[in-house]
Amino acid sequence: MSADSLAAKAVPTGRGKRRWHPGDLGTVVYAIVASCTVLAVLSVPLQGYALNLLMQASTYAIAVLGLTIVLGYTGQINLAQAAFFGLGAYSVALGTTTLSLSFWLAAILGIGIAALAGAILGLTSLRLGGHYLAMVTISFQMIATLILTNWIAVTHGPDGVPGIARPTLLGLSLAEGTRYLAFCIGILCIVGYWVYRLRMMRLGRAMQAVRDNELAAGVTGVNTYQTKVLAFTLSAALGGLGGGLFAGGFTYISPDQFSFSESVVFLTMALLGGARSPFGTAFGTGLLILLPEWLRFLKVIYLAVYGAAVILIMVFMPEGIWGFVNRFWQKFYPPPLRVLDGLAPLPLTLEKGEPDGSVILEVSALSKHFGGLKAVDQVDLKIAHNTVHALIGPNGSGKSTLLNVLSGIYRSSGGHIVLSGRDISALPPHRRAASGMGRTFQNIRLFGAMSILDNVKVGAERPGNTLASGAKALDSHALAALEFVGLAERADESVGSLSYGHQRHVEIARALAGNPALLLLDEPGAGLNHIEKDALVLLLQRLKGHGLTILIIDHDMNLVEQVADHITVLNFGRRIADGKPIDVLHDPQVIAAYLGEEAAHGTA
Amino acid sequence: MGFNLQLLFTGIGVGSIYALVALGFVLIYRATNVVNFAQGDFAMLGAFSMVVLAIDFGLPYWLSIILTLAALAAFGAIFNLAVYYPLRNRSFLPVIISTIGASILLENGVLAAYGPRPQSLPTVFSGQGITIGSVFLDSQYLLIIGVAAAMVAFQFLLFERTFIGKKLQAVSQDKEMASLLGISVGTMIMVTFIYSATLGGLAGVLVAPILFVSVGMGSSIALKAFAASIIGGFGEVTGAIIGGLILGVIETFGAAYISVPYKDAFAFLGLFIVLLFRPQGLLGERVAEKA
Repeated sequence: MSADSLAAKAVPTGRGKRRWHPGDLGTVVYAIVASCTVLAVLSVPLQGYALNLLMQASTYAIAVLGLTIVLGYTGQINLAQAAFFGLGAYSVALGTTTLSLSFWLAAILGIGIAALAGAILGLTSLRLGGHYLAMVTISFQMIATLILTNWIAVTHGPDGVPGIARPTLLGLSLAEGTRYLAFCIGILCIVGYWVYRLRMMRLGRAMQAVRDNELAAGVTGVNTYQTKVLAFTLSAALGGLGGGLFAGGFTYISPDQFSFSESVVFLTMALLGGARSPFGTAFGTGLLILLPEWLRFLKVIYLAVYGAAVILIMVFMPEGIWGFVNRFWQKFYPPPLRVLDGLAPLPLTLEKGEPDGSVILEVSALSKHFGGLKAVDQVDLKIAHNTVHALIGPNGSGKSTLLNVLSGIYRSSGGHIVLSGRDISALPPHRRAASGMGRTFQNIRLFGAMSILDNVKVGAERPGNTLASGAKALDSHALAALEFVGLAERADESVGSLSYGHQRHVEIARALAGNPALLLLDEPGAGLNHIEKDALVLLLQRLKGHGLTILIIDHDMNLVEQVADHITVLNFGRRIADGKPIDVLHDPQVIAAYLGEEAAHGTA
Repeated sequence: MGFNLQLLFTGIGVGSIYALVALGFVLIYRATNVVNFAQGDFAMLGAFSMVVLAIDFGLPYWLSIILTLAALAAFGAIFNLAVYYPLRNRSFLPVIISTIGASILLENGVLAAYGPRPQSLPTVFSGQGITIGSVFLDSQYLLIIGVAAAMVAFQFLLFERTFIGKKLQAVSQDKEMASLLGISVGTMIMVTFIYSATLGGLAGVLVAPILFVSVGMGSSIALKAFAASIIGGFGEVTGAIIGGLILGVIETFGAAYISVPYKDAFAFLGLFIVLLFRPQGLLGERVAEKA
């Protein structure tokens, strides 16, 4: 049954004229291999020890796939997967024995309870980040173990729950061991496929963006908190599913099977195989279940060796076995260049727009204080439609802080920011992105482990971008944004393979793909050599020619003069000049504050 | 009333141990921005080292303590080189996992060497104490409280009044700037690990006579010490101490009035509540601004 539904997924439906894609072949092959595996298990009479090992491996692997989502894709630690696994297992065990529920109902309840617990845990701790999350999940794990052991009236305490019955599926009894195993493997194949596909879905991309650079993900339009909570909930649900199947598989469970050390085992399985890939995860699970059998001679010090192995994996194979293999694969078989035929040009907001004097961004009395330091002090700023507005000032004058306040990375200490007539002063970064604000960073912040195209896709997927709805439109829109900066052919390469200058172009393409109403460029010329800088000026002039509204910060006066329509000068957090470039650059106050200071240090 | 005072005394004693281990956490966290999940195993190693030296080898108690602390100091250096140093340029996640791996290695290594049976270590005082009114002040608990207070004072002087303390602070605030000013960041981190391991070992030496010495003792102390440092305000030395004391008292009263089997749950429940309503902790670590 599992194989059928896989085959159904393999044929893309509802996409009409979608062309054959090499990935589809992989799906078909996967469906065939998965159904053959299930059939093979059904036809080989397994028993006793081997059956138990496979049962453990397949149910564990489902729970470990949850860690692929939360740890591998989203980069958040979860040290309570055994507790979620236990919640699923105890729901099935107590549901079918004490409450006499059907196996299916009990299993669904278990998944629900685990997901709910995961959601609550995530909601309370995911705002706080890494160490807190590690601690909170450990705490949850400890409390779960204490309750399972001590609430004897309900959980039967340390004695555990015996006599868990296996279910019947569509009139077919799964009571017999091999049939149940085949069922578990079928579920594993489906879950594995889904987790694999998740990476290519919008949610999956958002997760990876959060993992690679949370700050950039936020300003690109990803609701980082929601994404993390979702990842955590899905992970817990898969833990519950695996646990429910585990309880049916072994028909007896006890609290020690769901302790903290098991959570660590789950984590190690994901890390050893390679947490970022479902195949790696499944491989790691199988390996760690078989390893004790192969290392029997180490019996006493087995766990000590295990601990040492964890350290060694982290030091030498931080991406696990799968990441290690994949790295070599990428080296010898780099992704081919894209052939681009019939790619529509990037539809920018206004083709050849003329400045009409209307204001898109109005900042009034904006302040940002760090303790006693007034980094931005009562600044007013008006940016007109279809203009390039430059913000300049000496080092430490508050330019970057102002940009961070505008994009929502810093919360302002006072004042208002109105974008396209809407007050966005209190919105978090992703909602400012949704209202049309795009930005780049001075120290490039790309999603380092994702492909160039995926980086830009995250940008194109910003909420409120109507130009890229639907998978096909998304692809072509992201490619068009890359084509605009001249990198479309290399779309499938990893961003890490690009030069610094090209990475900056990808960052601009990512912002452009979101079709921003206002683009903030934070020192786009920083760290570029002359040739790269010339290319950047050309790119900025093309953007200007298309009428995009831009706020640019840069130190390079040459660059600023070539593109700016309007200049605002900051010094010590205050606005000291504002107007046409020619007027501002001759303002004696500006020369004193900015150029004068430069001259004083000129010889250094 | 007398019973409650007795509980308060015991709670402060237990809390002092948490505070000592939490201090080690905070020091390493401030120097490396990483939480060392093997911090509690330093205490476990300290306790086992006392059992080996004072009971198995029959060395004098004071000599055993000195040797134990020296061994832990050396171990802190090894730990830094093997577990932290190779991963120093990575994000915190691999380092956390690496310290968890170290914790598994240490506990099971000791288990393989010493077996699962808990050991016990006699106290130097052989059960004497002071009775004030209806409250019996056990001498081991008094010693723990005294040493914890002394260590807190020592640490304050070290950080605020000495040159090496200033350098340690500089490293914890801005590694890049510190190294530009000629401070050897690597050396300072090494010093931190050595000091933290010694501190953990000292906690183990102190706690060994009142608990059974077992391989799991470290992780349960460490988890609570970590919870304590979050409750107090993570990254703050004072927060770690106050959090530790509060936790010790809550746990002792909880065990006496509510439930003994769920004793360990109180710490984690308290942690949940603090994280929900005051995530920056009681003393309030500034929520770090991201740049």
